[in-house]
Order: sequence, then structure tokens, then C-alpha cells
Amino acid sequence: MSNKILAFVESKDGNFKNSAFEVVAEANKIASETGSELIVMAIGSDIESQAKSLAEYGANKLLIADLNEINSKSSVSVFKYSPSSFSKVISEIAKTHNANIVILSATSLGKDIAGRIAIRTGSAVFNDCTDLKITDGKITATRPVYAGKSLIEIKSNSGNLLITLRPNVFKPHKTGETDIDVEKIDIGTLNLTESDFSSVVKEIIVSNEKLDVAEADRIVSGGRGLRGPENFTLIENLAASIGGATGASRAVVDAGWRPHSEQVGQTGKTVSPSLYIACGISGAIQHLAGMSSSKCIVAINKDKDAPIFQIANYGIVGDVFEIIPALTDEFKKVMAK
Amino acid sequence: MKIIVCVSLVPDSTTKVKVSDNKKSIDDAGVSYILNPYDEFAVEEALKLKEKYGGEVIAVSFGTDKAKEAIKKAFQMGADKGVLIKSQSSDFDSFNVAVNLSEYLKGQSADIILFGKQSIDFDGLLIPSMVSELINLPCISVVVKLDIENGKVIAEREVEGGKEIIESQAPIVIGTQKGINEPRYPNLKSIMAAKSKPIEETPAYSNENKIEIVEMKLPPAKTSGKIFTNGKDDVSELVRLLREEAKVI
Ligand SMILES: Cc1cc2nc3c(=O)[nH]c(=O)nc-3n(C[C@H](O)[C@H](O)[C@H](O)COP(=O)(O)OP(=O)(O)OC[C@H]3O[C@@H](n4cnc5c(N)ncnc54)[C@H](O)[C@@H]3O)c2cc1C
Ligand SMILES: Nc1ncnc2c1ncn2[C@@H]1O[C@H](COP(=O)(O)O)[C@@H](O)[C@H]1O
Repeated sequence: MSNKILAFVESKDGNFKNSAFEVVAEANKIASETGSELIVMAIGSDIESQAKSLAEYGANKLLIADLNEINSKSSVSVFKYSPSSFSKVISEIAKTHNANIVILSATSLGKDIAGRIAIRTGSAVFNDCTDLKITDGKITATRPVYAGKSLIEIKSNSGNLLITLRPNVFKPHKTGETDIDVEKIDIGTLNLTESDFSSVVKEIIVSNEKLDVAEADRIVSGGRGLRGPENFTLIENLAASIGGATGASRAVVDAGWRPHSEQVGQTGKTVSPSLYIACGISGAIQHLAGMSSSKCIVAINKDKDAPIFQIANYGIVGDVFEIIPALTDEFKKVMAK
Repeated sequence: MKIIVCVSLVPDSTTKVKVSDNKKSIDDAGVSYILNPYDEFAVEEALKLKEKYGGEVIAVSFGTDKAKEAIKKAFQMGADKGVLIKSQSSDFDSFNVAVNLSEYLKGQSADIILFGKQSIDFDGLLIPSMVSELINLPCISVVVKLDIENGKVIAEREVEGGKEIIESQAPIVIGTQKGINEPRYPNLKSIMAAKSKPIEETPAYSNENKIEIVEMKLPPAKTSGKIFTNGKDDVSELVRLLREEAKVI
């Protein structure tokens, strides 16, 4: 079956996010396997110049909706984004281009608009997918449920489809293309009105300049085994030595040692980096729920029976206060090479 | 203030998942069910709003009779009324839930409709935004702080690397995230009071699913890892393996 695929990609500060390349590469793969046409769209300002970076992953047509132009349709001032206007713009573009498949990343923004776009376009939703497959010309998706304790393969029996991809899972491959046709979306034709700005972002508070755990490809997390907040400099240094982000177990977040934004697990963030190093974390099932899909898990724990070792690819039974500094030094040496 | 909180019943988060024989759902044997942890935040927030502004808190769940358990948990925390939108089947996707909740909500003119940001069974993260689109209300989800003053809503929402401050107007749909409050423990008095609260039943509006489960399976078992026991002396070997075998650094 031939489809028309619309891939929505995100940008930040004038550059496309990593998730954008993941979405384009996966959408391109689906498009070529099903003989379908792929259109990529972005909402932003000053991103035209970056279009080539998307071309490398298989985009050959990019539609750009200018963010300032969209926001000028609202009488209240909008800082960056309104979920309702984004949902409308993407849905309208899907409709005018007869796209029967919309693909985006399950980032905070993606999750915020997916449900709205699905209703607007009458789509079935494959959300937070970790794998897509074509069987007899139809797409099926795999997604984790029960906090990653099981997986379901799902299909849709009806028409349109909205797919969101779990960030950091799909590894984008370059196609070697560089040609891309960039077109500006005429916002005037979208009939945006005041009601499309029913909730608007007023301000964004950046919690810290550090890399967020949800976006990082390498994560070093600390748990109660660190004994106190002051010892988290060990975790920070280890993370810094491999250019990673810092994470935490709920026990240390609840104790106020670390901010909630760092919590990994069922009630925190779900992460799937290439490398996850758990230090002084027992590996309670709710913690595993947030990180068990990481590609490579390393555990450091003084208790050889700690459950974390059961899912670890590598581990050292030992004292974090001894192992972490040694590991940090070793990483520094190797990374410097 | 008329406050509606949508609640769902989910397997306890410590449940060991076993796939049932039909390969489409989990094996229910021995599974204990709880009020979805994120919905506890929603119920707590609803009760706080009631304490501040007066009014009533109505807990609503879509599902089979079993879903009444979720409503009862909300009663124990202090919800005033409960409504079960009764589904004939226990097989429903997010779209199905959203449509049925929306049909009910349309007739209610609630000032605020609270959800958990996600249910911990299917981790949909879809229903609040689907409902808001279906009933044409604004929606803010993953909310860690909520202020409502004369219908004006200011919420903090958690995103990658920080928080967004969102401004909107009630009536509104809110999805709660951990951090917004500390859900209260039911006390003996409220547990007793909950027993006498009736649950109103209303039939489901539709039973249309848009997705179908082909197969449920367990994630591929991790082949047991290499665990070193010589402490510091193993560090350089670990790093070598991370580089040469796992190729992650
Ligand atoms: C509904 C619900 C949701 C939850 N959500 C989450 C969640 O999102 N994320 C989460 O993480 N948890 C969550 N939890 C909590 C979870 O059950 C655990 O309590 C928590 O993960 C434990 O954190 P921890 O591993 O840091 O602490 P502990 O379990 O106390 O483990 C500390 C570990 O450190 C080791 N240790 C101690 N000293 C040293 C040392 N010097 N060197 C090396 N190792 C040492 C110990 O052997 C132990 O294994 C949730 C619980 C519930 C009920
Ligand atoms: N069957 C249901 N009945 C009522 N509310 C529900 C139901 N399922 C989910 N919800 C609500 O929707 C939220 C998000 O669920 P989900 O989109 O499935 O992750 C939950 O936290 C509940 O507040």
C-alpha cells in the first residue's frame, strides 16, 4: 500500500534536535519500504539554513511554518509554543497534503500534541514506539507497556495513523543525500484564530544548563548508596568524564538530595541511552521500569545480590566511594585518546 | 467549583508480569490492583481545590464493574461522588476511553477536569489531550504546580531540561505529575464514609477501538552480564569492554 507520510520534526535554538534525525530516518525507511512519499515539516524560525542536515537522513522535501507568524495570530503573547496551535498547524498540513501517516517523536512536546493531532486527523495512535515493522504492506509497531515489563505489538484496522517514536531508540543512519527542497507554509491559509491559543507557554525555566537525563545518550545515576547529597559530585564528575547526564533514584529525590527532574523510573523519566551507569542503586522494579531498555547497563553496588545486577550487562561489586573515582580517571584516560 | 477527576485501576507497580495464554494481555492471577499512582495526585489536587473554593469532587472511571475499585479509592481519599461509565468489554484502547469520557464530560460543564498524566499499565499519555480536543477545552499535562484564580490558570509543566510556565483559562483539562502534591492517606473516618457513597452507573457511548493488540510478549531476556568482584582492580577491564565489546564509549 502506498502511503503519504508527514514527519514532524523539532528544533531548538536554530538547530534540529536529535529526535528530528531519528524521526526523518525512520519515516524515510517506512516510506521506501512501502513505496510512499515522505514530506517533512518543522515549525520554527531561522531553521532553513539547517535543512541540509535533515537531507542527510533522507528528507527531500521540507515544509517550514514560521513560528513568529503563527504566534502573531494570537492576541496574548506566546513564548515559543501553544499545543493547540501546533496541533492545528500539523493536522491541517497533514490534511492538505493527504498524508495518511504522521510521525513524530515522543518528546515532551510530541506527547503534548499527539492526542490532539490524532483526534483532528481521525488517526489511530501508535505511541512511544520502540520498533516499527512492515508486514504485508501494513505497519505494525512494538511498544513497551507495564513500564517495560512487557511489550505489545499493535496494528491499526482503520485509515489514518499517528506514530510517535520513543526518543533515543531509533538510531538514525545517513543516506548520503544532500538535496532538499524547502518550502514555506502559508500560515494565512490555516485560519488560525484566538481559540487555537487556548493555552500558551509564557516562560521556560531552564532547570540547569546541564544535559537533561531524558535526552542524554549516556547517563550516570546515583542512589541511596551515595549516602548524602554532598557525594553526588562523584556522580557529576563521572558523568562529565563521558559527556553524560546525571540521574537519580526516587529514594534520593524523595530525600531531597537531587531534583525531581533527574528521577529515573516509573514516576520519573523513562530513558533509553546507549550507556546507563547505576551507582549505589538497588534496582527496584520501579527504577528498572525507567531504564531497562538502555542499550548497555553498568551497575556498581556493594551488594552482590542487588537486583540491579540481574539486568546489568556489566557490573562491579564494590564500594561506590572507591570505584567511582577510579572509573572516572579511567574514562578520562580513554576519552582523551 | 465542579471538579471532575478521571481515575483508572491498574496492576500494582510491583506486579510481576506474566503473559496470558491468549498472548494479548497479562495473566491476571495473583495481580493486585490499585488506583493509578498518577491519579492519586489528580484526586489530591481536586480535593485541595475543593477545600479552597468549595464545590464537589466527582470521580469518574470508564470500564467494567472492576473499575469501581478505583472510584472507591477516590472516595476513601475524600471524593464526593462517583460515576462508572460502564463498558461491556474490558478490551479498550486510549481512543475508546477518551471518547467515552468525553461524551460524559460534555454534559457536565465541569470547571476543572483532572487526570493523571499517564496510567502505569499501558503508559498511554494520551487520554487528557484526546479528551481536551474532543470536548474543545485547553489542556495542560505533566503539571507539577497549579494555580487557579478567578478562572485564570497558571501551571508549571515538566519538560526536558526544565519547566514551562503555561497560562490558560478554566474550564480546563489538567494532567498531574509527581511533585504537584503529596496524596493524603485515607483515615479511618474517610474509609468508613466511603462505604456508604453510591456509585452512579451510566452506559458506555461507544465501543470503537482504533488499535488492536497482535501479540503481547516479554522483553527479550538480557543475557546475564559480566559482573566483576575485585572492586577497583576491575575498573580498567570494565572500561576496555565498554569500549571494545559494547562499543558505547
Ligand atoms: C508507586 C511507586 C513508584 C516508584 N517510582 C520510582 C521511580 O520512578 N524511580 C525510582 O528509582 N524508584 C521508584 N520507586 C521507589 C523504589 O521502589 C525504590 O524504593 C527506590 O528505587 C530505591 O532507591 P535506591 O536504589 O537509591 O535505594 P535503596 O533501595 O536503598 O538502594 C541503595 C543501594 O545502594 C547500595 N549501597 C549502599 N552503600 C553502598 C556503597 N558504599 N557502595 C556501593 N553500593 C552501596 C545498597 O547495596 C543498595 O543496593 C517507586 C516506588 C513506588 C511504590
Ligand atoms: N478507564 C479510564 N477511566 C477513567 N479515566 C482514565 C481511564 N484510563 C485512563 N484514565 C485517565 O487518563 C490518564 C492518562 O491515561 P493514559 O493516557 O492511558 O496514560 C490516567 O491517569 C487517568 O486519569
